[in-house]
Amino acid sequence: MKLAVLSGKGGTGKTLVSVNLAAVAKNSIYVDCDVEEPNGHLFFKPVGIKNETVAIKIPIVDAALCLGCRKCVDFCKFNALAAIVNKLIVFDDICHSCGGCIMLCPNNALTEKDKVIGEINTGISEEVKVISGILNTGEASGIPIIKEVLNKIAAEEKLILIDCPPGSACIVMESIKDADYCILVAEPTVFGLHNLKMAYELVGLFNKPHGVVINKTLANSHLIEDFCDENKIKILSKIPYDSELGTLNSNGEIAARKSAVYKELFSSLLQTVVKEVEHETVTHS
Amino acid sequence: MKIAIPADEKILSSDVCMSFGRAPYFYIYETMTKMGDFIENEAASSPGGAGVKAAQIVVDQHADILITPRCGENAAEVFKATPLQIYKSKNGSIADNLDAYLNDKLSQLENFHAGFHGVAGN
Amino acid sequence: MKQLLILSGKGGTGKTTLASAFIKLAQAQAYADCDVDAPNLHLVLEESVKPKKKDFYGMPKAEINLLLCAKCDRCREHCRFDAISIKDDVYQIDPFACEGCGVCEAVCPVRAIALKPDIAGELMLYDNHDTVFSTAQLKMGSGTSGMLVTEVKKAMKSVDVGAELAIIDGSPGIGCPVIASISGVDLVLIVAEPSVSGISDLERIIKTAQVFHTKTVVCVNKYDTNLKNTEKIIDYCKRQGIPFMGKVPYDEKAVKAINDGVTIVDIYCDAGYAAQEVFNQAMKELNF
Repeated sequence: MKLAVLSGKGGTGKTLVSVNLAAVAKNSIYVDCDVEEPNGHLFFKPVGIKNETVAIKIPIVDAALCLGCRKCVDFCKFNALAAIVNKLIVFDDICHSCGGCIMLCPNNALTEKDKVIGEINTGISEEVKVISGILNTGEASGIPIIKEVLNKIAAEEKLILIDCPPGSACIVMESIKDADYCILVAEPTVFGLHNLKMAYELVGLFNKPHGVVINKTLANSHLIEDFCDENKIKILSKIPYDSELGTLNSNGEIAARKSAVYKELFSSLLQTVVKEVEHETVTHS
Repeated sequence: MKIAIPADEKILSSDVCMSFGRAPYFYIYETMTKMGDFIENEAASSPGGAGVKAAQIVVDQHADILITPRCGENAAEVFKATPLQIYKSKNGSIADNLDAYLNDKLSQLENFHAGFHGVAGN
Repeated sequence: MKQLLILSGKGGTGKTTLASAFIKLAQAQAYADCDVDAPNLHLVLEESVKPKKKDFYGMPKAEINLLLCAKCDRCREHCRFDAISIKDDVYQIDPFACEGCGVCEAVCPVRAIALKPDIAGELMLYDNHDTVFSTAQLKMGSGTSGMLVTEVKKAMKSVDVGAELAIIDGSPGIGCPVIASISGVDLVLIVAEPSVSGISDLERIIKTAQVFHTKTVVCVNKYDTNLKNTEKIIDYCKRQGIPFMGKVPYDEKAVKAINDGVTIVDIYCDAGYAAQEVFNQAMKELNF
């Protein structure tokens, strides 16, 4: 079962929810797809880390074969190539690895080489397998890393928690593609509501079953509840604002491992979600 | 000798454009004939890699000197492969900066900023 | 016109809350929201005029003309982004996966595929003669775009309201939209959160700002949620020689203010007073 945790924006408690759900589930897999700012490992502090690099293909020029025809320069929509004084220069960090230049070169002057853009770390934290995708700074796109991470878990039978990147860009779409269920985390502020609407639109686009977790609930704010009522979205859980949780979280501790109250809260959230998914499977088959 | 300057508008009294890659025009001045021309910068509307393309355009114009307030690392990489020299513009119009250069009052640009890597797309 | 940019390594640190307070305090005449992924500033700043809207074009996307398609499969084979698939014997292009590279167009033997301009977002400019507010929203599925950020800033500067100070709410992250936000500004104020991840994000964003030789200062928001980490941030700034502007407490009243559509300096609250102090310090850094 794959559960994706997302929010329209960062800082709403996406990592808090996915880390704690994975922790209470035991025998589970936590996958950090927030490759630009992967923070899940700061909580799990996994051990026995295996590290593998992720590479993309970028062109390399054989100057002796280059005829200076500029076909590649004219073709490249990303402007990753320049032809200067009969010398071809490739800009690795602009290249999107489409392979067009190599395909078009009339003299086979271009070939491909691997360029490392990040890495995947796999480790263990108690009974949770922790997989983190990490994009190197300065790289344009983390999508190849997310694809690689999701490939790794494609055949897994265990419960998987996917911590998605913030926002609603294609990188998030990639992360939720294979999910059985999406958990949307929202804060009860006008900003939070605005961001939730974006995440809601995104899961709608992919027809993914979904529910909402309200983080840092306030007694006098019903913004998120009202929106969920209106759109018939299930509210899965409400996490109250609590300085103890705040302190645990900001110190990089996993609340469900440190506090009985939060162990209970996240276990019950997990049960609710699992029931939802089973219900979905029944109604759709 | 040819001098290139990024321009906001197609007039000599126009300010030097703050961005090299995304300048709407380049002013190209030939010191031998004392004549100048404005050319369109096709790179300005590129979603990504504007600096590289703009540099290619300037090099293709056979410019020897570029006067600009700033220049990205990628464009600088293109220029490194050529004899072109880059000078830092001062406040004022294109005409002012051209004068300043011809009277030896500009210094070479030394700092190159990181680019807008892979801007559009993802 | 001097430009103050407010940044944070990640979302949710209170960047927009502080930006809106600063705009009120400075009675700023020019301001912009460069958080084009999830713009929020317009939610707290009431504008009396309707915005002028303009489409923003990103990378073009491939389109397939099924009447011409010979089903040779070459486009699908060559696409590195898995953007082309066959459903019920019909070729289709996933616009969210397509990166606009043009390889499919180049390999198609019957010219059934062409790259078409694609609207990636919308620019909005509120101009009511004495103030100007520039913002934008990316379309669902469109990636963060440094170019859109550049356009937002350009639009703000396109209206001359005689502003001495412009306040810009920046983009989260460390990627290209942030770089586009930083370029050309006079001062960067980083809003940090006192958490383990907040500190690691702060270090990454400072590194990015330093590449640009832009003057950078730091403040901490919700400092009392973790005093130990707040101290760590203050220490870090001292060691790096980065001026520290002050700390703003967690304040439930601040949340309420935002929910009522006003800024934290429109009501009486501790967060508002602290924001005023941070603002005064930042103005000194800008020599106002």
